[in-house]
This record gives sequence, structure tokens and C-alpha cells, in this order.
Amino acid sequence: MPTLTYREALRQSIVEEIERDEDVFLIGEDIGRYQGTFRVTQGLFERFKQKRVLDTPISEPGIVGIATGAAMMGLRPIVEMMTMSFSILALDQIINHAAKVHYMSGGQFSVPMVIRGPGGAANQLSAQHSHSLEGWYAHVPGLKVVAPSTPADVYGMLKTSVRDDNPVIFTENPGLYGIKGEIPEDTNYLVPFGQAAVRHEGTDISLIGYSRMAHVCMEVAEALDQEGVSAEVIDVRSLVPLDTETIFGSVRKTHRAVVVYEDWRNGGYGAEIVARIQESCFDDLDAPVGRVGGLNVPMPYARNLELLCIPNKDDALAVARATLG
Amino acid sequence: MCRIRAFEGQSERAYRSGLAGGYLHVYNGMEATAIGWLSSIQPGDPVITAYRDHGHALYLGCDALECMAEIMGRATGLSKGKGGSMHLYSKEHNFYGGWGIVGGHTALGVGLAFGTKYRGGNEVTHCFLGDGAANAGVLYEVMNMASLWDLPVIFIIENNEFAMGTRLEYHAADPELHKRAEGFNMEHERIDGMDVLQVRKHAKRIIEKVRKTHRPYFLEIMNYRFAGHGAADNDQSLYRTPEEVERAKQRDPILLLGKHLTENGIASEAELEAIQREAEEEMEAVYEAAAAQPKPEPDAVYADVYTDMEPERGH
Ligand SMILES: Cc1ncc(C[n+]2csc(CCOP(=O)(O)OP(=O)(O)O)c2C)c(N)n1
Ligand SMILES: [Mg+2]
Repeated sequence: MPTLTYREALRQSIVEEIERDEDVFLIGEDIGRYQGTFRVTQGLFERFKQKRVLDTPISEPGIVGIATGAAMMGLRPIVEMMTMSFSILALDQIINHAAKVHYMSGGQFSVPMVIRGPGGAANQLSAQHSHSLEGWYAHVPGLKVVAPSTPADVYGMLKTSVRDDNPVIFTENPGLYGIKGEIPEDTNYLVPFGQAAVRHEGTDISLIGYSRMAHVCMEVAEALDQEGVSAEVIDVRSLVPLDTETIFGSVRKTHRAVVVYEDWRNGGYGAEIVARIQESCFDDLDAPVGRVGGLNVPMPYARNLELLCIPNKDDALAVARATLG
Repeated sequence: MCRIRAFEGQSERAYRSGLAGGYLHVYNGMEATAIGWLSSIQPGDPVITAYRDHGHALYLGCDALECMAEIMGRATGLSKGKGGSMHLYSKEHNFYGGWGIVGGHTALGVGLAFGTKYRGGNEVTHCFLGDGAANAGVLYEVMNMASLWDLPVIFIIENNEFAMGTRLEYHAADPELHKRAEGFNMEHERIDGMDVLQVRKHAKRIIEKVRKTHRPYFLEIMNYRFAGHGAADNDQSLYRTPEEVERAKQRDPILLLGKHLTENGIASEAELEAIQREAEEEMEAVYEAAAAQPKPEPDAVYADVYTDMEPERGH
């Protein structure tokens, strides 16, 4: 199995999907000639030309609207948001149009479109460029939402997303592009939606996260391991649909859970997971479900303040210890 | 112009040395636009721009040390270290920022002009934007309303021929952006932005007119950015050649003004060199002083989210 970075795995998956299906095309800002701001689409413009890799003006609502219309005709656009923060401009197209038309048309039209890009804080990009919006999107019926954390998952989930007939919000994390991992040698490797991954088995506490926070959960598990506590780490990876079976199964085994997410703590997707656990596993719990989210502030620029905002190992470890009692 | 150029040299140095992070966009090559224009406005006129904002802030009178401290994320920065390079603001100087979402601030610019009209004031709002920002849909919504309601706003497109790595010809159906005002019944024109005296002359004429008529105006100023899009733009060969940059540098606004001054006997080469040296020394000192400023206290993270309360604390 080849070892690739998250970025390379994503690129390879995109390439294979473009080659597999001539209805698949990329559309976005600076993705072609400029090779993509985060270099995900490097080399693709030269290889697939303008028809399949379309550079656009800075017009997010227009881009998403055009992709949605094209998808209603059966094309399968992959829209790159330079950062997910800019998808805020396109919310009307995403929520009012793309997410609704299948339902409003009584199932006549569908929107097989992927909107992908980095979500979450990078490094001092400050308040307008650091959003984690997956919770907003997960709130909207009609959208599927995924947040892969490993090269293999980003590879397999992109394929699943492209082949899905619904609009899929595919959130990456700028902090993950450089991480390395093995990917299967199978151009049809599909990571199914609605299946969480157990990254580390344990018996004393369930640590539940996705995207970059899945890695933070792993760090916490290692730290707890040193203390003789056996933690199970669940990488949610697919938010909608959500694999409650794996999550509940783990909680029923460990009787304690902490949910970690990078988004603002108030009303973030982690809160939804917490609610589901207490709804379904109340009698199995030995302690209230712990929750760790980003600070409820716009992302500050100063590095020392920014680091305070993003949940890290110590923040999550403190909550895990409290949950363990 | 020399001060701004020297400041940008130091802000790039801050980025390279790791004292500044995030996105940092310098103004090199474009100085004549902000200076020619802003030297012609009246005190009290609101000014708003995007993230390439160092030049505007400095020329409007913001303290260079406070600007540099902001870029370094210090507590004594213009925005207390919360905004960074892209988000300089100064209420004192009627500088309304400093915005990172391309095109978004143009609506605010029209809102500022609306405020002036509502209060019966005589100010003119100067709303700067990039050529790339001219493709943001919201601009056309607010151009329509600005014209419909006779709002005293001047849209100033700083057309530096690039939106990040995308050339004008690849992002604009008609590269003469000013013509887009036609459909909104708004006066428009395109001028050269490398000659500061020319910019100033046009600015005086146009601003005077808008102040009198209260009609919006759509101006396209042609300039060129000498540096990469931002400090992290490390492969300019993807969208332009070194020769093209060299050609543009022959019309470096500092060079052009210098020529004018020496050829007309207004200043000597030696005097110009002294001005440049002085600016460089000033900004070197600014860099050192900014690097010695305190970082924000951890508790500051919760300040200024609301005007009158704190958000819920903690993770
Ligand atoms: C809505 C939105 N989309 C994309 C971006 C990313 N981005 C930042 S600057 C930029 C190019 C803007 O070019 P232009 O308006 O010409 O300004 P210049 O940088 O040339 O001064 C892009 C695409 C953004 N900040 N906001
Ligand atoms: Mg530009």
C-alpha cells in the first residue's frame, strides 16, 4: 500500500474520479492555473484542461449555484471552497437551493455535488478565515456531511461523495493536509458514509471526535494509557449520516464519554452527539457526558490567543479526567 | 510612499522571522493609489478597504508602531492583536477597516454613505476594492442601491491585474471593469494609478463632484502589485513572468515621483535618498519597538466579543 499525505490522497482520489466518470469536473477559485491555494489540485489543470478543472472568478454564490444547476442535469461537480469560511457567502445556494430541490420536486431532481475545502483554524488566519461550519451544514436536511481525518479516509470518502447522488459537504482541515498514511491500492475503495471508525479500543472511557479532533482524542488516549486508563477512540468521520450504533456500543461498554470538536462550543455538532448519547444511553452512563469545544469567540489573530481557542490534548484530557471522576 | 514601502519591507521581515503569521498582503507598487487618493479627501470622510490595508491605514495617520504591533499580534496593536494584518481599524481616523472576505466590505461602504445621507452630512465615503472583488455579487446589489438612493460613495477599484493567482483576463468577461457601472446609471472611468500626482488630480476632481452631487462614482485605478499576492505566495511563475514585473517596476510610483521632483528641480537626488533612508530607519525602529510590545493577556480572548457582556467561558 502506498504511503501518501492527506493532500496527495485527496488529489489522487479526485484524479481517479475524473478519469472514471466524464461527468465529474472541478470548479473553484485558483484551482487550475494557480494549482489550488492549498495545492490539492496541483497538476490537474495541465492534465485535464479547462473543461474538467475550471478556474472561476471570486463569486461563491454563483459558483455553487452553477454547480447545483449542472448537477440537476446530471453532471457531478466537485466544488472547491478555497476555505470553508467562504462557503458562508454561498449559504443561500447550498441551503435554499441545493439541499432542498430533491424534496421540493418530489424526488424528480437530485444534486450529486461535492463541496469540499479546508474547514477550521489554520495558523493565525483570524476571525473571518477560521470557521468550522460542519455543524451548520449538519443541521440542514438534504445535505450529507463528512469530515475525514486520515489519508485513507479522505481517499475513500471523496470517492463515496462523488458517487453519492446528494449534495455532500466534505470538510478537510488545514492542519491535516501534511499528515501521512497508507492508502489502499483500489480505485474503487469506498469508505461508506454512516460508519464511524474505532481508532483505538478501550474499556474505561469513549473519546469521540472527528477531523483534527480525532487526532487529539488519540493523544488523550495515549496520555490516559500512561495513567492506566483504557480509552476507546471513535472517529465519527461521517456526521450525516451518523453512526450511532458504533458510538452507543462503545458508550455501553465504557460507561463514560467525552465528545471533542473544534467548532464553537455553543451549539456545535458535538452537542448533537452528546444529546444523542444521553437520549439513548442514559442508564449506561456512570458520569455526565463530557464536552470539549472551541472557545465561544471569533478566532483572534494573536497566536497565543488563537492557541487558547482550539481544543488541544490538555483541554480534552482535563475533561476526560473529570468525567472519569 | 517611501514610508509605506519601508513599512512593508519590515512587515515582510516580520513574517519571515515568524513574528507575524497568517495572511499578510503588502502594498508595494500600489502606493500612488492610496496616497494620491487619500491626500485629496476631507477630514471626516469614511474610508474602507479590504485586507491589503497597511498603506491606507498609515496614510490616514494611524501610528506605524500600532500597525506593526497589530501585525505582530501584540496587545498594543491597533486592534489589540485580535485582527492582524488584514484587519486594521481606526475609529479615530475614520478608517473602517481592514476586511478579509473578498467584496463583503463594499456593502458596508455603501452603508457608511447611507449613514452620511441619513444624518444630512457632507462626507464622501471612499470604498477601495480589488479587481477580484469586483466579481462579488454583493457589489452589484449595493451599486444599484447607491445609485437609486443617491448615496455619496466612490468605489475605487485598485486594479492590480491579479486576483491572487488569476489574471484579470481569466476572471473578468470585460477587463475594463469600470464599464460595469453603466447599467447602474453611475459615472465611471479608468485612470492610471502609478503616477501619484495624476491620481491626486483626478481624485480632487471626482471627490469634489461627488460631494456636490451626492451621486455615487465608479472608478477603476490601474496599478500593479510588485510582490506576491500575500507573503505565502511563493510561486509567482504560475501567473506571471519576472520580465513582466520588471517592466511594471519601470513605472514604480516612487521612481516616477522622484523623476518628476528632480527633473523640475524641486528636489535633488541626495534629498530623495535622504527621504528614503529616513523612512527605512524609522520603520526599522518601528519593527524593533513592535517586537518588544507585550502579547495579549490570555483573558483578552473573551474581551470585545460583545459590547456589554462576556461569552460563556471555557471549552
Ligand atoms: C469571499 C472570498 N473568496 C475568496 C477569498 C480568498 N482570496 C483572498 S484575496 C483573493 C484575491 C482578491 O483579489 P483582488 O480583489 O484583486 O485584491 P488584491 O489581492 O489584488 O489586492 C482571494 C481569492 C476571500 N478572502 N474571500
Ligand atoms: Mg487584484
